[in-house]
Amino acid sequence: MATAPIAVRHGHPSRGPRALLQRLRSGDEAAHLITALFAGSVILITSLLVYELWANSVLSRHRFGWSFLFSRVWDPVFEQFGALPFIYGTLVTSAVALLIAVPVGLGAAIFLAELAPPRLSDGLAFVIDLLAAVPSVIYGLMAIFTLVPLLRERVEPGLGALFGFLPLFQGPAYGVGFLAGGLVLAVMVLPFIISVSREMLLAVPGDQREAALALGATRWEATWKVAVPFARAGILGSIFLALARALGETMAVTMVIGNNPQISASLFAPGYSIAAVIANEFSEATGDLYLHALIELGLVLFFLTFILNGLARLLILLTTQRGTAHE
Amino acid sequence: MTYRLIWRKAVNAAMLGLSGLCALAAVSVLLFILGYLAWHGGRALNWDFFTKLPKPVGEAGGGMANAIVGSAKLLLLASLIGVPIGFFGGVYLAEFGGRTFPFLVRYTTDLLNGVPSIVIGIFAYGIVVLRMRHFSTFAGAVALGLMMVPATLRSTEDFLRLVPRPLREGAMALGASKWKTIATVVIPAAYRGVLTAVLLALARVAGETAPLLFTAFSNRFWSPGWNQPTASLPVMIYTYAIAPYEDWHRQAWAAGLVLLGLVLATNVIARTVLSRRVSVPRT
Repeated sequence: MATAPIAVRHGHPSRGPRALLQRLRSGDEAAHLITALFAGSVILITSLLVYELWANSVLSRHRFGWSFLFSRVWDPVFEQFGALPFIYGTLVTSAVALLIAVPVGLGAAIFLAELAPPRLSDGLAFVIDLLAAVPSVIYGLMAIFTLVPLLRERVEPGLGALFGFLPLFQGPAYGVGFLAGGLVLAVMVLPFIISVSREMLLAVPGDQREAALALGATRWEATWKVAVPFARAGILGSIFLALARALGETMAVTMVIGNNPQISASLFAPGYSIAAVIANEFSEATGDLYLHALIELGLVLFFLTFILNGLARLLILLTTQRGTAHE
Repeated sequence: MTYRLIWRKAVNAAMLGLSGLCALAAVSVLLFILGYLAWHGGRALNWDFFTKLPKPVGEAGGGMANAIVGSAKLLLLASLIGVPIGFFGGVYLAEFGGRTFPFLVRYTTDLLNGVPSIVIGIFAYGIVVLRMRHFSTFAGAVALGLMMVPATLRSTEDFLRLVPRPLREGAMALGASKWKTIATVVIPAAYRGVLTAVLLALARVAGETAPLLFTAFSNRFWSPGWNQPTASLPVMIYTYAIAPYEDWHRQAWAAGLVLLGLVLATNVIARTVLSRRVSVPRT
């Protein structure tokens, strides 16, 4: 029965079971059907994923409603669950990561796309791609034994002495905390920003730059005032892509953020992120409500990354289409 | 030269130099990780690591043989789950396809690609662990396999589309049916690219830890069959790194070196040897 619409689409005049058998025997219809089933299974899986998240968080959604998102209490013993400390931790670490990774990544992309000779640029881009392939647990391992001691003994006391009047840099230096999480994330999203931005800059037509140079602009002015604005939307897309990665990143953050559900203005304080609390508490969750609250956190994370990824893809599409339209 | 021009040239030189420094910083991170890991991991790595089971807490020595085998089993089963879906789905998009349905497939594939790995883990927990009521190699492989689907599917489609049209027409003109053309002409012409993409996807999920924490879980012993919790290299690195024992840290470094070595070697091989003259599309 399932083959009927396909047969109609191909305009076969013959109908009925015998004709169907004959068409299947020729192979084309069968191949069409089988591959279509595999392709359709992707839609099925993704819908099932959303459904599972929704259905398995029902207890928590009914009990807490929207206040789940705004409550600061996370107390498994008394079954009080609020997501705010985790949302806060996720957003703060991601913000720190972007503050560092965006300027550095954009700078490196400019170097690779505008300055470096093609061979060097390709070689460096290869290394950057390898950097993107390093598993996140390796970043976490490195961070625990290099970054955290460095922060605790040098950087955080130093920052505290210099900028201690800001609430951001007050309090004892633990090493683990929002700052450590943000720094690890910065290193992890850097390759994504660099390689996507580089491609966006390479898609800018050469005559745009040449026109600026012919008017007497320096190399930097041609880059910063002509090429970068031309690729603006795509570069923004790469940043959104990086943000989506940072929000969903689990292991490296879990290992260095300190795992303490509190909201603190200080970057030195230990915190918690959505992904980290799921990773730590999921297999030990006692009671259905506890488990459902954790799955609802997963649902929140899913929607956040869903929106950001959609925006990113739209922006990148806009840039590449505009870039090719000018050739 | 006017001061204005001198100023502009100075800004030019300064900013271009700065951009070079940014690139240098990014590249040196990789070199630092490689060097540090090789130094610490190399000292901790020995034959026992590959052949022995983990020792109980407090006893020095032991290895991670079960985790290495566990990772291999997880990756094998994950490929068996993820690659067919991705490959045949990609064939469908490139060769058959209509209007609305392929758009939906592409859209959901991109959506699935952006789902954080920990959420994939929750999903695999929901559909496998909750139903079977225990952690298993199979559950972990489902999670990893799903993560391989988007990359495999989109790159299969891309590489099949790159096969020149005259090649297909030649086969058709000789009387081959459509599926025969695809199976004997189009896919062989594109297999290097597809294989590259599959290897890269495999290398990516090989280091995934988050989705395994509550699907494959962990195990201090061998895990016979596919139906029991199993150890895996990434999860071992995680548990050993956050544990307070010096000897476990040493082993975590060794495991990190082995894992990173395998992942990077796969990447380099896939990107240089296999994909010569094939550009790898970003996923």
